[in-house]
Amino acid sequence: MRLVTRARLKSPWILHFDCGSCNGCDIEILAALTPKFDAERLGVVNIGDPKQADVIVVTGPANPRSARALRSLYEQTPDPKVVVAVGACAATGGVFRNCENVFGGVDKVIPVDVYVPGCAARPEQIIDGLLLALRKLKEKDGG
Amino acid sequence: MVSMETVFSAVALVAAPFAGGLLMGVDRKITARMQSRMGPPVLQPFYDVLKLWGKSPVITSRLQPILAFGYLGFSFLSVALLLFGGDLLSIVFTAALAEVCIVTVSMSAKSPYSYLGGRRELFCMLSTEPLMILSALSIYIVTRSFIVENVLTFEEPLLPLLPGAFIVTGIVLLIEMRKSPFDVSASSHAHQEIVRGVYTELSGYTMALVEVGHWIRTVLVLSIASIFWAPNILVGWGLALALLFMVILADNAFPRLSWQRMVKTSWALGFALIAANVLLLVVTGGATI
Repeated sequence: MRLVTRARLKSPWILHFDCGSCNGCDIEILAALTPKFDAERLGVVNIGDPKQADVIVVTGPANPRSARALRSLYEQTPDPKVVVAVGACAATGGVFRNCENVFGGVDKVIPVDVYVPGCAARPEQIIDGLLLALRKLKEKDGG
Repeated sequence: MVSMETVFSAVALVAAPFAGGLLMGVDRKITARMQSRMGPPVLQPFYDVLKLWGKSPVITSRLQPILAFGYLGFSFLSVALLLFGGDLLSIVFTAALAEVCIVTVSMSAKSPYSYLGGRRELFCMLSTEPLMILSALSIYIVTRSFIVENVLTFEEPLLPLLPGAFIVTGIVLLIEMRKSPFDVSASSHAHQEIVRGVYTELSGYTMALVEVGHWIRTVLVLSIASIFWAPNILVGWGLALALLFMVILADNAFPRLSWQRMVKTSWALGFALIAANVLLLVVTGGATI
C-alpha cells in the first residue's frame, strides 16, 4: 500500500454538519469523540474547516434551507473524501420523510458513501460507520 | 576537513523535524492520558502530515504556496543558526521572519476567519518576541556574548543564575506551541479557535508544510531552553522536556484567555521576571552591567 494511503486511513479528520437534525445524533457524534469512546485513538479529529476535512459527517434530513450550505461544504472539501450520513433522518428523511419542506435523505443533495442507522445512532455505530467510510476511502484510492 | 561538531550539527538539523513530530505525538499521548483516554499512536502527527501532503490542495491565494515554503524554510534556518553556533539575536529575528510568513499567508486570503487568525498571530508575536529578546539579553549579561558557541562553552550552568529567563522561555513555548491558556491565533492538534485561525485557508500540502514548520519551531524553543544547562547537553534536554511537560499540563489545566490578557500577562510576567533576575544578579555580584 502506498505510504500516503496508509497515512490517510490512520488520520480521518471529520467535518460535522447538522442539516436540521433534532440534535440527538449530534450529541452522539460528540459522545463518540469524548474520552469514553475516544475516537481520537483512531486518529479521528473533529475539525471545523472543510478544506482540511476527509470525512463529512452529516446529520438531519436534507431540506431547502440547508441544501446550499451542504453542497458548498461538499465542494470545499478536497478529494479524496467520503460522506457519512448519521441517523435515520440523514439516511431517508426519517420521521420527516414526506414533509413538504424536506427533500428526504442527505443523498438527495450530495453523494453519500456510508449510512449509519438509528434514532439516534449510537456512538459505537458511528465509530463503526467511520471505519467503514475509511474502507471506502481505501477503495477510492484503488487499494 | 569537516570537524566532528559540524557533522553532529548537520545530523541534528536533519533530525529536527522528526524529533519535533515525535514530540507532538508524545504530547498528544500525554494529553490523552491526562484526560483518561487512550489517545492516538505516537506516530499520529506523521500520519496527519503525510495525509495532508497527499490531499488535493485548495489554493486560495497566489502567495500561499511560496509563503508556506517560506515559513518552513525560515524555521529551518533559525534551527540551523542555533545548531551551528550562530547569534542568539539573529536566531530570534529569523524565527520572527517565519512568523511574518504565516501572518501574511492568513491575511492574503479573503476569509474573515483567516484574517482574524492572522491578526491574533500578530499579537502572539507581540507577546513572544520581546520575551525572546530579553531572554537573549539576560544570557548576554551573564556570558558577555550573544554567540551560541560562546554561551555553550560558558563554564557554569545558566539555570541557577537565570531562573527567571528560563521561566520566560517556558511562556514563549506555551504561546509558540499554541497551547491553552494562550491558544488564541489557532489551537494545536486540529482543535478549533474561531474555526481554525491562521490555518483556516491552508489545506493539502501547504498545511503539511506549515505543520512541519511548527514542529521545527517547537524544537527551536526547546533547544533554546536546553542552553540553560549547557555544560551537560543531556541535563539541558531533560530540563527542556520538563518544560514541555509543564506546558502540556498547563494546556490541560487552564481555559483559554483572551488575546488582550495574553499580551498583558506575558509582558507583565516576562518583564518582571527578567528584571528581578538581572537585578538579583547585579546585587549578588553574579554579573555587571
